[in-house]
Amino acid sequence: MPDQEIALMAHLLRRAGYGASRDEIEARVAQGYDSVVKELLNPGDDPGIEEDLMYRAYPSYFDKAAIETGQTEWVYRMINNKYQLKEKMSLFWHTILCAGDNKVDNARTTAIQIDKFRDYGMGNFKEMLMMLSTDPAMLYYLDNIESHKTAVNENYGRELLELFSIGVGMDNEFNYTEDDVKACARAFTGWNLAPTIPVFPYGRTPFEFRFDPADHDYGEKTFLGETGNWDGGDIVNIICKQPATARFVARKLYDFFVADEPPVPSWRLSEPRDMAAIKALEKAYFDSGYEITAMLTVLFNSNFFKDEAVRFAKVKSPADVVIGTMRMVGDHLEPKPGLFFVAMEPKYMGLDLMNPPTVEGWHMGREWINSGSLIDRINFASSMLGNTELPGVRSIIDRLMALGDAPSSEQFLNGCLDLLGPMDLAQETRSQLTDHLDAGGALKHGNESEQSEFSRRAGETLQMIATTSEFQFG
Amino acid sequence: MVSTVKDPVLAVMSLSGGNDGLNTIIPYNNPHYRDYRQSLGIPEDQIIPITDQLGFHPALAPLKKYWDEGHLAIIQGIGYPNGSLSHFRSMDIWATCEPDELGLTGWLGSVIQDVDPNGENVLTGVNFGRGLPRSLAKEGVAVASVGDLGSYGLLTEIGAEAQRTEALDLFGRMYSPAIGQGAVDDYIRRTGIEALKGADILTTAPGMYKSEVEYASGAIGGYLRDMAQVHNAEFGTRVLFTTAPYNIFDTHANQAVGHANLLQDVAVNVDSFMTDIRQLGKSDNVTLFFYSEFGRRAMDNGSGTDHGTGGVAFVLGDHVKGGLYGEYPSLEPNKLEDGGNLQHNVDFRSVYTTLLDQWMGLDAKAIVGGNFEPVPFL
Repeated sequence: MPDQEIALMAHLLRRAGYGASRDEIEARVAQGYDSVVKELLNPGDDPGIEEDLMYRAYPSYFDKAAIETGQTEWVYRMINNKYQLKEKMSLFWHTILCAGDNKVDNARTTAIQIDKFRDYGMGNFKEMLMMLSTDPAMLYYLDNIESHKTAVNENYGRELLELFSIGVGMDNEFNYTEDDVKACARAFTGWNLAPTIPVFPYGRTPFEFRFDPADHDYGEKTFLGETGNWDGGDIVNIICKQPATARFVARKLYDFFVADEPPVPSWRLSEPRDMAAIKALEKAYFDSGYEITAMLTVLFNSNFFKDEAVRFAKVKSPADVVIGTMRMVGDHLEPKPGLFFVAMEPKYMGLDLMNPPTVEGWHMGREWINSGSLIDRINFASSMLGNTELPGVRSIIDRLMALGDAPSSEQFLNGCLDLLGPMDLAQETRSQLTDHLDAGGALKHGNESEQSEFSRRAGETLQMIATTSEFQFG
Repeated sequence: MVSTVKDPVLAVMSLSGGNDGLNTIIPYNNPHYRDYRQSLGIPEDQIIPITDQLGFHPALAPLKKYWDEGHLAIIQGIGYPNGSLSHFRSMDIWATCEPDELGLTGWLGSVIQDVDPNGENVLTGVNFGRGLPRSLAKEGVAVASVGDLGSYGLLTEIGAEAQRTEALDLFGRMYSPAIGQGAVDDYIRRTGIEALKGADILTTAPGMYKSEVEYASGAIGGYLRDMAQVHNAEFGTRVLFTTAPYNIFDTHANQAVGHANLLQDVAVNVDSFMTDIRQLGKSDNVTLFFYSEFGRRAMDNGSGTDHGTGGVAFVLGDHVKGGLYGEYPSLEPNKLEDGGNLQHNVDFRSVYTTLLDQWMGLDAKAIVGGNFEPVPFL
């Protein structure tokens, strides 16, 4: 099978999902790139996993008493959802439309928000913002429940503009004023929760949205130059037609799927990395009437996405490290004990799912890496890839054995890198690994004891590749 | 005056989210306080008076003894011109000293570089918590980020010692060459080498630490205890940084209970930290500065407070001249800034200037971006 096609397909499956085993990559190449993209862009309405099986194995997922349960369920879905792009979009939106259970303190409510990101994530951006503006976790997180006709709380109104849709500025101009923030906040007064049910004696129940007309400011407001008796829905309409909103969504998609952009607060002054790509995505936004899937269609079929220069040029997010590794080694593909410990790993690497550090979300790209998080990333991936009991590792070793008896260290290392990516290492790094392999003698696998030693050394090599700087990119 | 302490250490804690200064140091005799804080006013009999005008929030009780002994400086009305009401922007401004442009270089990153220009010690600056806060970020500056000191290390899953040593050796060789594969790759390689060196040293800290002092459970207590252990180990660490995580001081709602718990968590653990390093005999060269990116709106919103400007910050240490610095912002309605915010009268860069010039013995001007009159708490 042509290496070029394998490399492109692996890139697509890493970015539009959490990667795949070599068997799946090869099957997808046979299916064809365009057909795979089409499949990713058209997921079914079903959950994409066998929910009955999951809930039977993990009954606590059904009624999440603790946020860790919600995080674990999400990680299970990330590993196993057959609609990988749909699943990844739920993380995409979570990293932008941030609410955190550290404040909401109602795990089920927080987790339901993530379910909604999964359901709305490839739909219409206007519907997404309407969903968000009536989402109980968000209304609680950004204090809209404390925003009243007579005492406006600006928190949601401000962040809706600053971080969720328009952004502070573009092309050196500011996109809105403090007066727009105030008008926006007034328009969302009365967008509140139904009275909550006491925690005792039955535990937490999910919060529910309720509009309170008596607490809504029906007065005239001027928002982004338009005057009327606007309510939240009108505000969302006005937001969606702004060029800055198209820019915002385009740049966020580009940042997540193609190449790193700086954080939103600097977008007023910093140009997009690839303006032509952003313009193409903006056009799809307006041509389709704000459809996210239309933008994704342009993105995954574009040359700027397929370009070899963008492959392995993004620092993997902790989710990419953890879920990508699990899918590669083929572990937790069905319910079994121990998932909790896997699910806590993204948090140790700096991505505490459902608990963003601030409403701005996580700083990504190279900011994922510091000496603490790098240690966690290396320790996790190398311990998994070094475990020769795991089916995915086993399968890699079988393929390495198929290279022939006693491959050279160079052939053996190339085989490992091909099966882990295909990826490459700097020449200096390669030499360190081949020297190490050469020092261990010939890589034979004729008899049983040679096979056992071959497996051990394969595991060790995969483990060391997982520690490299190159492995931090995806 | 300039400190003559050898190897001074600057410990900094950011109370992220915007701490409500008005309910931290409370102007209990000012009638406007009761007007503005109809829902959130602290009952007068609970306030701990420190002057005939001002008092501590009751949750700050553990810090009262430092005030009494004269080692707690309270900076009133701290902020900067045209205060941003955005958390991220304001945090970035405090972190980078760049109120107009977007800065990427943290002031403490510059401190680490000035103290250790050749990067000889990978532990000159240590962050307690996960991720790298912008205050510590500077191109070419190593900062160890320790989420939990107890379980820190590289390739810890390899049980057999000989095998692990061999793997770590190979790791070191793979990461060492600067091979110019791009800035991010170089950065990762450098970070890997630094992590390897730092971890080897840091993991020895808990073994050197003998203490009876207890910290409250939770993130702040864990970070400050780890901070005390690393300071105790004398690795040459000169900048210690931590953040109260999750923006938790952002008390837009339910502030009455929430804010008291937050202040208590800070006060109890800061007291533990000071008591700890004093008992270890290592408090003489430490100054602890804790601050928040802004204060909150003078008038409460019925349940909490919205983002404001002028706030309050604290400096604590054996060499600190305790007392009140700056002026308490006026609560007169016509003195409030637009929207009802307390005006700042001390620029945070003045406090940085004191800490850098007079405590760390560095040239503050280059780091904070100009001449700011120092605040005489040292």
